[in-house]
Amino acid sequence: MTGRIDLDFRCEFPGFRLDAHLSVPGSGLTALFGHSGCGKTTLLRCIAGLQPCTGSLSVNGEVWQDSKVNLPVHQRPLAYVFQDTTLFPHLSVKRNLEFGYRRIPESDRALSFDDVVAWLGLARLLTRMPAGLSGGERQRVAIARALLTSPQLLLMDEPLSALDQRSKQEILPYLENLRDRLAMPILYVSHSVSEVARLADHIVIMDQGQVVDEGPLQATLARPDQRFGLEEDAGVILTARISERDDTWHLARAEFDGGELWLRTDDRMAVGSRPRLQVLARDVSIALTRQPDQSIQNLLPATVDDIVTDIAPGTSMVRLMAGSTPFLARLTSRSVHTLGLTPGQPVWMQIKSVAIVD
Amino acid sequence: MIETYWEPAWLTLKLAGLTTLLLLIVGTPIAWWLARTNHWLRQPIAAVVALPLVLPPTVLGFYLLLVMGPEGVVGQLTEKLGIGLLPFTFEGLVVASMLYSLPFTVQPLQNAFESVHAGFLEAAATLRASPLDRFFTVVVPMARNGFLTAGVLTFAHTIGEFGVVLMIGGNIPGETKVLSVAIYDHVEALEYTQAHWMAASMVAFSFVVLVSLYALKGRPRVEMVR
Repeated sequence: MTGRIDLDFRCEFPGFRLDAHLSVPGSGLTALFGHSGCGKTTLLRCIAGLQPCTGSLSVNGEVWQDSKVNLPVHQRPLAYVFQDTTLFPHLSVKRNLEFGYRRIPESDRALSFDDVVAWLGLARLLTRMPAGLSGGERQRVAIARALLTSPQLLLMDEPLSALDQRSKQEILPYLENLRDRLAMPILYVSHSVSEVARLADHIVIMDQGQVVDEGPLQATLARPDQRFGLEEDAGVILTARISERDDTWHLARAEFDGGELWLRTDDRMAVGSRPRLQVLARDVSIALTRQPDQSIQNLLPATVDDIVTDIAPGTSMVRLMAGSTPFLARLTSRSVHTLGLTPGQPVWMQIKSVAIVD
Repeated sequence: MIETYWEPAWLTLKLAGLTTLLLLIVGTPIAWWLARTNHWLRQPIAAVVALPLVLPPTVLGFYLLLVMGPEGVVGQLTEKLGIGLLPFTFEGLVVASMLYSLPFTVQPLQNAFESVHAGFLEAAATLRASPLDRFFTVVVPMARNGFLTAGVLTFAHTIGEFGVVLMIGGNIPGETKVLSVAIYDHVEALEYTQAHWMAASMVAFSFVVLVSLYALKGRPRVEMVR
């Protein structure tokens, strides 16, 4: 069932208008990304049917809403993980988990109760009441409760934003695990670049109630003409393979199509693993010749591909290709002028920092 | 003595019990509507529900007497239906008590419903619960204290009513002569001993009811919404 999710929604509020037309893959994790107030949560609520609006929605070939049909929330085969956990305070964790599970026909239960409890590590918590759980535990219960309805679409509205840094780190591996394990599409609302970089396969960027850009995560983030204002967070995501570890210097060599990077590592980075790496545009500088006598160790040959005036005044965004892998570099426009950069020109990239996002 | 004591007491309990039961059934949808709607009729209806709080019971009793009497709209309807006239009957007393105690049911329920965060209902909807299902499995248990307060207040208030009973029920032994009226009778007849017995037991009863209510509600539970 590799269909698509097609939607076309319009609704009007005082001072805000949502007008979203979108078609995204019917599998994998799609991030709805944008600044607060851009309408991403409203769009998610429209999809769930929680926000009345005009338009149409079909999920993997099934029409949930159009001019004739408009399924009420409880008849849409979806699950919703809210920003604030909405665990029922009068029910134990087990009864919370069973709330949706018991309401779907037995034949529709694609995920077993015990499996979901095991995936999210909830066995110990079943008899507890929600008020006695930590923030991270509560959000894990909320995710499990949603999954137990065996939905055909999982909607998540900033599920990590109400959590502290430690709880976030606790939940993220569970989310990655679900993304890789489940066949159902996930729509994930977030304003955090690092969450999106780590989790998403596909990204939809929203601004002022409209979809301004969408596409596969890596290709979309590598576009130099970023209309969506990532500012300091602009950068590329690449998947690399760890081919060597140097335990003396706590470094690992990551190979990708077009070169290799050395990154600072810890014990979990095994040879052969395939981490997602993020290289921010502000951490990339350009030299016309190889400059080995300096502190930056990651020097890669690349070709200038595109130069675009950036949003911030006096800066430019340069896209470089190392093999088939794109990189972005944010330079001052004067540097671009002084170096005389033009598309097609061979240069050296100096990469100051590489982050492992998962 | 025993007879004249227990008959009004039993009648009072029967009236209060029946009124409370019926009001919880009628008052719940009214309170739910008032708690959730943005309709322009919300304020006027809320005011009508609260009227018995400010009106003297004699005013309410007087109009009920007119409306349910042989010339009144309700009176003519009940006669056509073969029920007969309601004033000076136990049934008439139940109808009057329901109107008189309506705010004591609706207002605690409305407050309780308003405090049920809409997010819980939305979550229940995404977990496949239909509107009625959501009401009984999420709202009712979360508004448990509201139902308790509404029930006890309605019951206690009905036991204590006097003016409406006198206007609409009169003083018929075994039919409309409830405790408050019986006490009044005894005092009028200077039978202070009997009046004492009834009055003191009502004080004790009311005290026990209120203490049990507070004990049942316990400390307010801290509900982690966020």
